Amino acid sequence: MMCPSAVPIRKRRGAPLDLTGRKEVCVIPAAFDYLRARSPDEAFGYLQQHGSESRVLAGGQSLIPAMRFRLARPAVLVDINGIRDLDYVRVDNGALAIGAIARDSTVERAAWINEPRWGLLRDVSRVVADPVVRQSGTVVGSLCHNDPAGDWTTAALAARAEVAVRGRAGTRTVPIDQFLVDSFTTAVSEGEIALEARFGVPDDRTAGSYQKIERKVGDFATAAAAVQISLDATGSIRTAGVALSAAGPCAVRVDEAERLLIGQKPSAELLRAAGEAAMRRSAPQGDLRGSVQYKKHLAGVLVMRGLRQSLERLGVRV
Amino acid sequence: MRITVAINGTTYEKDVEPRTLLAYFLREACGLTGTHIGCDTSSCGCCVVVLDGTRAVKSCSMFAVQADGHQILTVEGLANGAALHPLQQAFWDQHGLQCGYCTPGMMLASFALLQQNASPSEAEIREGLAGNLCRCTGYQNIVKAVQQAADSQIRAGR
Repeated sequence: MMCPSAVPIRKRRGAPLDLTGRKEVCVIPAAFDYLRARSPDEAFGYLQQHGSESRVLAGGQSLIPAMRFRLARPAVLVDINGIRDLDYVRVDNGALAIGAIARDSTVERAAWINEPRWGLLRDVSRVVADPVVRQSGTVVGSLCHNDPAGDWTTAALAARAEVAVRGRAGTRTVPIDQFLVDSFTTAVSEGEIALEARFGVPDDRTAGSYQKIERKVGDFATAAAAVQISLDATGSIRTAGVALSAAGPCAVRVDEAERLLIGQKPSAELLRAAGEAAMRRSAPQGDLRGSVQYKKHLAGVLVMRGLRQSLERLGVRV
Repeated sequence: MRITVAINGTTYEKDVEPRTLLAYFLREACGLTGTHIGCDTSSCGCCVVVLDGTRAVKSCSMFAVQADGHQILTVEGLANGAALHPLQQAFWDQHGLQCGYCTPGMMLASFALLQQNASPSEAEIREGLAGNLCRCTGYQNIVKAVQQAADSQIRAGR
Protein backbone atom coordinates (compact mmCIF):
# COMPACT_ATOMS: atom_id res chain seq x y z
CA MET A 1 0.00 0.00 0.00
CA MET A 2 1.28 3.39 -0.87
CA CYS A 3 -0.21 6.72 -0.07
CA PRO A 4 -0.22 9.06 -3.08
CA SER A 5 0.84 12.00 -0.93
CA ALA A 6 3.97 10.04 -0.05
CA VAL A 7 5.07 9.66 -3.64
CA PRO A 8 7.19 12.76 -3.97
CA ILE A 9 9.14 11.67 -0.90
CA ARG A 10 9.89 8.38 -2.53
CA LYS A 11 10.86 9.96 -5.82
CA ARG A 12 13.43 12.18 -4.23
CA ARG A 13 14.61 10.44 -1.15
CA GLY A 14 15.72 12.86 1.49
CA ALA A 15 14.11 15.86 -0.17
CA PRO A 16 11.23 17.70 1.46
CA LEU A 17 7.70 17.00 0.39
CA ASP A 18 7.16 18.32 -3.12
CA LEU A 19 3.57 18.31 -4.27
CA THR A 20 4.51 19.26 -7.82
CA GLY A 21 5.68 15.67 -8.21
CA ARG A 22 2.03 14.64 -8.24
CA LYS A 23 1.67 15.75 -11.84
CA GLU A 24 3.85 12.85 -12.84
CA VAL A 25 1.66 10.23 -11.20
CA CYS A 26 0.94 7.43 -13.64
CA VAL A 27 -1.38 4.56 -12.91
CA ILE A 28 -0.57 1.89 -15.48
CA PRO A 29 2.61 -0.10 -14.81
CA ALA A 30 5.34 -0.35 -17.41
CA ALA A 31 5.30 -3.62 -19.36
CA PHE A 32 7.08 -6.60 -17.84
CA ASP A 33 7.49 -10.33 -18.36
CA TYR A 34 5.62 -12.47 -15.88
CA LEU A 35 7.12 -15.71 -14.59
CA ARG A 36 5.22 -17.96 -12.21
CA ALA A 37 7.45 -19.96 -9.90
CA ARG A 38 6.18 -23.30 -8.59
CA SER A 39 8.96 -23.92 -6.10
CA PRO A 40 11.60 -21.92 -4.21
CA ASP A 41 14.22 -23.48 -6.51
CA GLU A 42 12.40 -22.30 -9.59
CA ALA A 43 11.96 -18.78 -8.17
CA PHE A 44 15.64 -18.64 -7.27
CA GLY A 45 16.57 -19.85 -10.77
CA TYR A 46 14.50 -17.12 -12.42
CA LEU A 47 16.01 -14.46 -10.16
CA GLN A 48 19.54 -15.69 -10.86
CA GLN A 49 18.79 -15.60 -14.56
CA HIS A 50 17.32 -12.09 -14.61
CA GLY A 51 19.27 -10.41 -11.78
CA SER A 52 18.63 -6.73 -11.23
CA GLU A 53 15.94 -6.66 -13.93
CA SER A 54 13.69 -8.86 -11.82
CA ARG A 55 11.61 -8.48 -8.69
CA VAL A 56 9.78 -11.00 -6.54
CA LEU A 57 5.98 -10.59 -6.52
CA ALA A 58 4.51 -11.76 -3.21
CA GLY A 59 1.54 -9.85 -1.76
CA GLY A 60 2.18 -6.99 -4.17
CA GLN A 61 0.57 -4.41 -1.89
CA SER A 62 3.60 -2.13 -2.01
CA LEU A 63 5.21 -3.29 -5.26
CA ILE A 64 2.14 -3.00 -7.48
CA PRO A 65 1.26 0.56 -6.40
CA ALA A 66 4.97 1.43 -6.79
CA MET A 67 4.87 0.00 -10.32
CA ARG A 68 1.72 1.94 -11.04
CA PHE A 69 3.47 5.16 -10.01
CA ARG A 70 6.46 4.02 -12.13
CA LEU A 71 8.64 4.21 -9.05
CA ALA A 72 9.48 0.58 -9.77
CA ARG A 73 9.91 -0.69 -13.32
CA PRO A 74 11.07 -4.30 -13.13
CA ALA A 75 11.42 -5.98 -16.53
CA VAL A 76 10.57 -9.34 -15.01
CA LEU A 77 8.25 -10.26 -12.16
CA VAL A 78 8.70 -13.62 -10.48
CA ASP A 79 5.36 -14.52 -8.88
CA ILE A 80 5.85 -16.72 -5.81
CA ASN A 81 2.18 -16.81 -4.76
CA GLY A 82 1.76 -20.30 -6.16
CA ILE A 83 4.50 -21.78 -3.95
CA ARG A 84 2.42 -23.43 -1.25
CA ASP A 85 5.61 -24.48 0.57
CA LEU A 86 6.22 -20.82 1.45
CA ASP A 87 2.74 -20.28 2.92
CA TYR A 88 3.23 -21.03 6.61
CA VAL A 89 3.36 -19.51 10.06
CA ARG A 90 4.74 -22.08 12.50
CA VAL A 91 6.92 -22.51 15.56
CA ASP A 92 10.10 -24.19 14.56
CA ASN A 93 13.33 -24.52 16.62
CA GLY A 94 12.30 -21.94 19.21
CA ALA A 95 11.27 -19.35 16.65
CA LEU A 96 8.09 -18.30 14.95
CA ALA A 97 8.85 -18.90 11.29
CA ILE A 98 6.83 -16.91 8.76
CA GLY A 99 7.11 -18.07 5.15
CA ALA A 100 7.50 -15.67 2.25
CA ILE A 101 3.87 -15.75 1.16
CA ALA A 102 2.22 -15.95 4.60
CA ARG A 103 -0.23 -13.05 4.72
CA ASP A 104 -0.40 -10.43 7.43
CA SER A 105 -3.94 -11.64 8.11
CA THR A 106 -2.65 -15.15 8.87
CA VAL A 107 -0.63 -13.73 11.73
CA GLU A 108 -3.53 -11.48 12.78
CA ARG A 109 -5.89 -14.47 13.00
CA ALA A 110 -3.47 -16.99 14.51
CA ALA A 111 -4.96 -18.94 17.42
CA TRP A 112 -2.10 -17.97 19.77
CA ILE A 113 -1.88 -14.29 18.83
CA ASN A 114 -3.65 -13.04 21.99
CA GLU A 115 -1.15 -14.66 24.36
CA PRO A 116 0.62 -11.81 26.22
CA ARG A 117 4.04 -12.93 24.97
CA TRP A 118 2.99 -12.19 21.39
CA GLY A 119 1.73 -8.70 22.27
CA LEU A 120 4.09 -6.96 19.88
CA LEU A 121 3.16 -9.10 16.86
CA ARG A 122 -0.52 -8.94 17.79
CA ASP A 123 -0.49 -5.16 17.85
CA VAL A 124 1.42 -4.84 14.58
CA SER A 125 -0.71 -7.38 12.74
CA ARG A 126 -3.79 -5.27 13.44
CA VAL A 127 -2.47 -1.93 12.21
CA VAL A 128 -0.52 -2.75 9.05
CA ALA A 129 -2.31 -1.05 6.14
CA ASP A 130 -6.02 -2.01 6.28
CA PRO A 131 -7.91 -5.29 6.75
CA VAL A 132 -8.30 -6.03 3.02
CA VAL A 133 -4.69 -5.19 2.20
CA ARG A 134 -3.62 -7.48 5.06
CA GLN A 135 -5.32 -10.41 3.31
CA SER A 136 -2.76 -10.06 0.51
CA GLY A 137 0.25 -8.31 2.04
CA THR A 138 3.00 -10.45 3.49
CA VAL A 139 5.31 -10.04 6.48
CA VAL A 140 8.42 -11.01 4.52
CA GLY A 141 7.43 -8.70 1.68
CA SER A 142 7.09 -5.77 4.08
CA LEU A 143 10.56 -6.47 5.46
CA CYS A 144 11.98 -6.62 1.93
CA HIS A 145 10.21 -3.43 0.88
CA ASN A 146 11.80 -1.67 3.89
CA ASP A 147 9.70 1.45 3.80
CA PRO A 148 10.97 4.18 6.16
CA ALA A 149 7.50 4.17 7.75
CA GLY A 150 7.07 0.39 7.73
CA ASP A 151 5.46 -1.44 10.64
CA TRP A 152 6.90 -4.95 10.36
CA THR A 153 10.44 -3.66 9.96
CA THR A 154 10.14 -1.71 13.21
CA ALA A 155 8.62 -4.63 15.08
CA ALA A 156 11.31 -6.94 13.71
CA LEU A 157 14.01 -4.64 15.08
CA ALA A 158 12.46 -4.56 18.55
CA ALA A 159 12.02 -8.34 18.53
CA ARG A 160 15.50 -8.92 17.06
CA ALA A 161 14.09 -11.03 14.26
CA GLU A 162 16.09 -12.72 11.52
CA VAL A 163 15.48 -13.27 7.83
CA ALA A 164 16.47 -16.35 5.84
CA VAL A 165 17.89 -15.27 2.49
CA ARG A 166 18.74 -17.64 -0.30
CA GLY A 167 21.81 -16.72 -2.32
CA ARG A 168 24.33 -18.51 -4.53
CA ALA A 169 26.18 -19.91 -1.52
CA GLY A 170 23.00 -21.33 -0.05
CA THR A 171 20.53 -19.99 2.50
CA ARG A 172 21.93 -17.66 5.16
CA THR A 173 20.31 -16.17 8.24
CA VAL A 174 20.57 -12.39 8.43
CA PRO A 175 19.94 -10.54 11.73
CA ILE A 176 17.43 -7.77 11.19
CA ASP A 177 19.92 -4.99 12.00
CA GLN A 178 22.02 -6.12 9.05
CA PHE A 179 19.01 -6.93 6.89
CA LEU A 180 17.65 -3.36 6.92
CA VAL A 181 20.28 -1.40 5.01
CA ASP A 182 18.64 1.86 3.92
CA SER A 183 15.31 3.15 2.60
CA PHE A 184 13.88 0.46 0.31
CA THR A 185 17.21 -1.37 0.46
CA THR A 186 17.95 -4.63 2.25
CA ALA A 187 20.64 -7.28 2.46
CA VAL A 188 18.82 -9.21 -0.28
CA SER A 189 21.13 -8.76 -3.27
CA GLU A 190 20.49 -9.16 -6.97
CA GLY A 191 19.32 -12.64 -7.82
CA GLU A 192 18.55 -13.50 -4.19
CA ILE A 193 15.25 -14.17 -2.40
CA ALA A 194 14.09 -13.80 1.20
CA LEU A 195 12.34 -17.03 2.13
CA GLU A 196 11.38 -16.67 5.79
CA ALA A 197 11.22 -14.26 8.73
CA ARG A 198 12.02 -15.66 12.17
CA PHE A 199 10.88 -14.16 15.47
CA GLY A 200 12.24 -15.83 18.62
CA VAL A 201 9.46 -17.30 20.78
CA PRO A 202 9.26 -15.00 23.83
CA ASP A 203 9.29 -16.67 27.24
CA ASP A 204 6.49 -16.03 29.72
CA ARG A 205 8.37 -13.11 31.30
CA THR A 206 8.50 -11.31 27.95
CA ALA A 207 5.96 -8.97 26.40
CA GLY A 208 5.86 -6.20 23.85
CA SER A 209 3.70 -3.54 22.32
CA TYR A 210 3.34 -1.59 19.09
CA GLN A 211 2.10 1.97 19.27
CA LYS A 212 1.19 3.73 16.04
CA ILE A 213 -0.26 7.13 15.28
CA GLU A 214 -1.80 7.30 11.81
CA ARG A 215 -4.02 9.92 10.18
CA LYS A 216 -6.47 7.26 9.04
CA VAL A 217 -6.65 3.48 8.80
CA GLY A 218 -4.33 2.29 6.07
CA ASP A 219 -2.00 5.24 6.20
CA PHE A 220 1.64 4.98 6.98
CA ALA A 221 2.68 5.87 10.49
CA THR A 222 2.99 9.51 11.41
CA ALA A 223 5.11 8.00 14.14
CA ALA A 224 5.24 4.52 15.64
CA ALA A 225 7.23 2.66 18.26
CA ALA A 226 7.85 -1.04 18.81
CA VAL A 227 8.90 -2.30 22.20
CA GLN A 228 9.67 -5.74 23.59
CA ILE A 229 11.08 -6.37 27.06
CA SER A 230 11.69 -9.34 29.33
CA LEU A 231 11.99 -9.39 33.09
CA ASP A 232 14.24 -11.55 35.23
CA ALA A 233 13.15 -13.40 38.39
CA THR A 234 13.71 -10.28 40.53
CA GLY A 235 11.55 -8.09 38.30
CA SER A 236 14.44 -6.21 36.71
CA ILE A 237 14.52 -5.72 32.94
CA ARG A 238 16.68 -8.45 31.42
CA THR A 239 16.37 -7.66 27.71
CA ALA A 240 14.93 -4.69 25.87
CA GLY A 241 14.15 -3.93 22.24
CA VAL A 242 13.07 -0.42 21.30
CA ALA A 243 12.60 0.74 17.70
CA LEU A 244 10.96 3.62 15.85
CA SER A 245 9.16 3.89 12.52
CA ALA A 246 9.07 7.01 10.34
CA ALA A 247 12.03 8.35 12.28
CA GLY A 248 14.87 7.91 9.79
CA PRO A 249 15.81 6.38 6.42
CA CYS A 250 14.42 3.07 7.68
CA ALA A 251 13.30 1.67 11.03
CA VAL A 252 15.73 2.75 13.74
CA ARG A 253 16.84 1.02 16.91
CA VAL A 254 17.01 3.23 20.00
CA ASP A 255 20.19 1.76 21.47
CA GLU A 256 20.36 4.36 24.21
CA ALA A 257 16.90 3.48 25.52
CA GLU A 258 17.74 -0.23 25.47
CA ARG A 259 20.95 0.38 27.46
CA LEU A 260 19.07 2.54 29.96
CA LEU A 261 16.41 -0.10 30.54
CA ILE A 262 18.52 -3.24 30.88
CA GLY A 263 19.28 -4.21 34.48
CA GLN A 264 16.87 -1.66 35.95
CA LYS A 265 13.65 -2.06 37.92
CA PRO A 266 10.71 -0.58 35.96
CA SER A 267 9.69 2.87 37.19
CA ALA A 268 7.92 5.90 35.79
CA GLU A 269 11.26 7.73 35.84
CA LEU A 270 12.95 4.97 33.83
CA LEU A 271 10.18 4.98 31.23
CA ARG A 272 10.46 8.74 30.90
CA ALA A 273 14.23 8.48 30.39
CA ALA A 274 13.72 5.83 27.69
CA GLY A 275 11.15 8.07 25.99
CA GLU A 276 13.56 10.98 26.05
CA ALA A 277 16.23 8.81 24.46
CA ALA A 278 13.75 7.90 21.70
CA MET A 279 12.94 11.55 21.15
CA ARG A 280 16.64 12.33 20.72
CA ARG A 281 17.16 9.38 18.36
CA SER A 282 14.16 10.16 16.16
CA ALA A 283 15.14 11.95 12.93
CA PRO A 284 11.86 12.25 11.03
CA GLN A 285 11.00 14.26 7.94
CA GLY A 286 8.45 17.02 8.34
CA ASP A 287 5.55 16.53 5.95
CA LEU A 288 1.77 16.67 5.73
CA ARG A 289 1.54 14.17 8.58
CA GLY A 290 3.34 16.46 10.99
CA SER A 291 6.35 18.62 11.72
CA VAL A 292 9.74 17.29 12.77
CA GLN A 293 9.19 18.58 16.30
CA TYR A 294 5.77 16.92 16.57
CA LYS A 295 7.02 13.58 15.28
CA LYS A 296 10.01 13.60 17.64
CA HIS A 297 7.66 14.33 20.51
CA LEU A 298 5.44 11.42 19.45
CA ALA A 299 8.42 9.06 19.32
CA GLY A 300 9.08 9.74 23.00
CA VAL A 301 5.44 9.44 24.04
CA LEU A 302 4.90 6.24 22.04
CA VAL A 303 7.97 4.53 23.51
CA MET A 304 6.74 5.36 27.01
CA ARG A 305 3.25 4.05 26.19
CA GLY A 306 4.71 0.92 24.63
CA LEU A 307 6.86 0.20 27.65
CA ARG A 308 3.94 0.79 30.00
CA GLN A 309 1.69 -1.54 28.02
CA SER A 310 4.40 -4.21 27.81
CA LEU A 311 4.78 -4.09 31.58
CA GLU A 312 1.00 -4.25 32.05
CA ARG A 313 0.97 -7.36 29.89
CA LEU A 314 3.47 -8.81 32.37
CA GLY A 315 1.27 -7.78 35.29
CA VAL A 316 3.52 -4.88 36.33
CA ARG A 317 2.12 -1.38 36.86
CA VAL A 318 4.39 1.62 37.01
CA MET B 1 -0.51 -14.35 -21.92
CA ARG B 2 -3.56 -16.62 -22.04
CA ILE B 3 -5.41 -16.91 -18.74
CA THR B 4 -8.48 -18.78 -17.54
CA VAL B 5 -10.44 -17.29 -14.67
CA ALA B 6 -13.71 -18.55 -13.19
CA ILE B 7 -15.70 -15.40 -12.48
CA ASN B 8 -19.04 -15.81 -10.73
CA GLY B 9 -19.09 -19.43 -11.88
CA THR B 10 -18.47 -18.62 -15.55
CA THR B 11 -15.14 -19.44 -17.14
CA TYR B 12 -13.44 -16.61 -19.03
CA GLU B 13 -10.46 -17.43 -21.22
CA LYS B 14 -8.65 -14.34 -22.47
CA ASP B 15 -5.32 -13.02 -23.68
CA VAL B 16 -3.97 -10.29 -21.42
CA GLU B 17 -0.81 -8.30 -21.01
CA PRO B 18 0.87 -9.20 -17.72
CA ARG B 19 0.56 -5.58 -16.61
CA THR B 20 -3.26 -5.63 -16.85
CA LEU B 21 -4.71 -5.06 -13.41
CA LEU B 22 -7.48 -7.42 -12.36
CA ALA B 23 -9.95 -4.52 -12.01
CA TYR B 24 -9.42 -3.54 -15.65
CA PHE B 25 -9.60 -7.16 -16.78
CA LEU B 26 -12.97 -7.55 -15.07
CA ARG B 27 -14.36 -4.31 -16.45
CA GLU B 28 -12.86 -4.12 -19.92
CA ALA B 29 -12.09 -7.69 -20.98
CA CYS B 30 -15.05 -9.37 -19.27
CA GLY B 31 -17.55 -6.50 -19.32
CA LEU B 32 -18.23 -6.83 -15.60
CA THR B 33 -18.45 -3.15 -14.74
CA GLY B 34 -19.95 -3.71 -11.30
CA THR B 35 -16.41 -3.64 -9.93
CA HIS B 36 -15.62 0.06 -9.57
CA ILE B 37 -12.28 1.79 -9.69
CA GLY B 38 -11.75 4.64 -7.26
CA CYS B 39 -8.26 5.57 -6.08
CA ASP B 40 -6.54 2.96 -8.28
CA THR B 41 -3.82 2.57 -5.64
CA SER B 42 -5.27 0.26 -2.96
CA SER B 43 -6.45 3.02 -0.63
CA CYS B 44 -10.23 3.22 -1.12
CA GLY B 45 -11.52 -0.36 -1.39
CA CYS B 46 -14.22 0.18 -4.01
CA CYS B 47 -12.60 -2.41 -6.34
CA VAL B 48 -12.68 -5.23 -3.76
CA VAL B 49 -13.53 -8.69 -5.11
CA VAL B 50 -13.33 -12.09 -3.43
CA LEU B 51 -10.61 -14.53 -4.50
CA ASP B 52 -11.21 -18.28 -4.12
CA GLY B 53 -14.28 -17.86 -1.94
CA THR B 54 -12.80 -16.33 1.19
CA ARG B 55 -10.13 -13.73 0.54
CA ALA B 56 -11.01 -10.10 -0.14
CA VAL B 57 -8.56 -8.47 -2.56
CA LYS B 58 -8.31 -4.98 -3.98
CA SER B 59 -8.45 -5.75 -7.68
CA CYS B 60 -6.56 -2.56 -8.57
CA SER B 61 -3.51 -4.00 -6.83
CA MET B 62 -3.46 -7.49 -8.30
CA PHE B 63 -2.55 -8.43 -11.85
CA ALA B 64 -5.09 -10.38 -13.89
CA VAL B 65 -2.41 -13.01 -14.62
CA GLN B 66 -2.30 -13.73 -10.88
CA ALA B 67 -5.96 -14.80 -11.07
CA ASP B 68 -5.17 -17.44 -13.71
CA GLY B 69 -6.70 -20.71 -12.54
CA HIS B 70 -8.50 -19.05 -9.64
CA GLN B 71 -12.10 -18.15 -8.82
CA ILE B 72 -13.29 -14.58 -8.53
CA LEU B 73 -16.57 -13.37 -7.06
CA THR B 74 -17.73 -9.90 -8.11
CA VAL B 75 -20.88 -8.00 -7.22
CA GLU B 76 -22.54 -9.46 -10.32
CA GLY B 77 -22.19 -12.92 -8.78
CA LEU B 78 -23.89 -12.18 -5.47
CA ALA B 79 -27.54 -12.53 -6.46
CA ASN B 80 -29.06 -15.91 -7.20
CA GLY B 81 -31.11 -15.12 -10.30
CA ALA B 82 -33.76 -12.61 -9.25
CA ALA B 83 -33.19 -13.30 -5.54
CA LEU B 84 -30.88 -10.77 -3.95
CA HIS B 85 -28.01 -12.01 -1.80
CA PRO B 86 -28.64 -11.33 1.93
CA LEU B 87 -25.97 -8.60 1.76
CA GLN B 88 -27.67 -6.91 -1.18
CA GLN B 89 -31.07 -7.15 0.49
CA ALA B 90 -29.62 -5.73 3.69
CA PHE B 91 -27.92 -2.81 1.95
CA TRP B 92 -31.28 -2.09 0.31
CA ASP B 93 -33.31 -2.44 3.53
CA GLN B 94 -30.90 -0.40 5.67
CA HIS B 95 -30.17 2.29 3.09
CA GLY B 96 -26.53 1.22 3.18
CA LEU B 97 -25.72 3.31 0.14
CA GLN B 98 -26.32 6.72 -1.29
CA CYS B 99 -24.43 7.22 -4.55
CA GLY B 100 -23.50 3.52 -4.70
CA TYR B 101 -19.94 3.93 -5.89
CA CYS B 102 -18.32 2.23 -2.89
CA THR B 103 -21.11 -0.34 -2.54
CA PRO B 104 -19.74 -3.28 -4.57
CA GLY B 105 -16.46 -3.08 -2.63
CA MET B 106 -18.32 -2.74 0.66
CA MET B 107 -20.43 -5.81 -0.08
CA LEU B 108 -17.54 -7.97 -1.26
CA ALA B 109 -15.34 -6.96 1.69
CA SER B 110 -18.31 -7.77 3.94
CA PHE B 111 -18.79 -11.10 2.16
CA ALA B 112 -15.21 -12.12 3.04
CA LEU B 113 -15.61 -10.73 6.56
CA LEU B 114 -18.70 -12.92 7.15
CA GLN B 115 -16.84 -15.94 5.79
CA GLN B 116 -14.22 -15.41 8.50
CA ASN B 117 -16.64 -14.41 11.25
CA ALA B 118 -20.31 -15.32 10.82
CA SER B 119 -21.55 -13.05 13.61
CA PRO B 120 -19.23 -10.08 13.97
CA SER B 121 -19.83 -7.42 16.60
CA GLU B 122 -20.42 -3.86 15.51
CA ALA B 123 -16.79 -3.06 16.36
CA GLU B 124 -15.57 -6.02 14.31
CA ILE B 125 -17.63 -4.88 11.32
CA ARG B 126 -16.22 -1.36 11.60
CA GLU B 127 -12.68 -2.73 11.86
CA GLY B 128 -13.26 -5.18 9.03
CA LEU B 129 -14.47 -2.44 6.68
CA ALA B 130 -11.81 0.07 7.69
CA GLY B 131 -10.15 -0.30 4.28
CA ASN B 132 -13.31 0.73 2.42
CA LEU B 133 -14.10 4.40 2.07
CA CYS B 134 -17.58 5.87 1.62
CA ARG B 135 -17.67 9.54 0.70
CA CYS B 136 -21.45 9.92 1.21
CA THR B 137 -20.90 9.48 4.96
CA GLY B 138 -22.99 6.35 5.08
CA TYR B 139 -21.02 4.12 7.46
CA GLN B 140 -23.79 3.95 10.05
CA ASN B 141 -26.19 2.23 7.70
CA ILE B 142 -23.47 0.13 6.06
CA VAL B 143 -22.68 -1.34 9.47
CA LYS B 144 -26.39 -1.97 10.11
CA ALA B 145 -26.65 -3.67 6.73
CA VAL B 146 -23.79 -6.04 7.48
CA GLN B 147 -25.37 -6.84 10.85
CA GLN B 148 -28.68 -7.61 9.13
CA ALA B 149 -26.95 -9.78 6.53
CA ALA B 150 -25.10 -11.70 9.24
CA ASP B 151 -28.36 -12.28 11.15
CA SER B 152 -30.25 -13.42 8.08
CA GLN B 153 -27.45 -15.74 6.98
CA ILE B 154 -27.36 -17.32 10.43
CA ARG B 155 -31.14 -17.70 10.44
CA ALA B 156 -30.96 -19.32 7.02
CA GLY B 157 -28.34 -21.71 8.38
CA ARG B 158 -25.65 -20.61 5.95
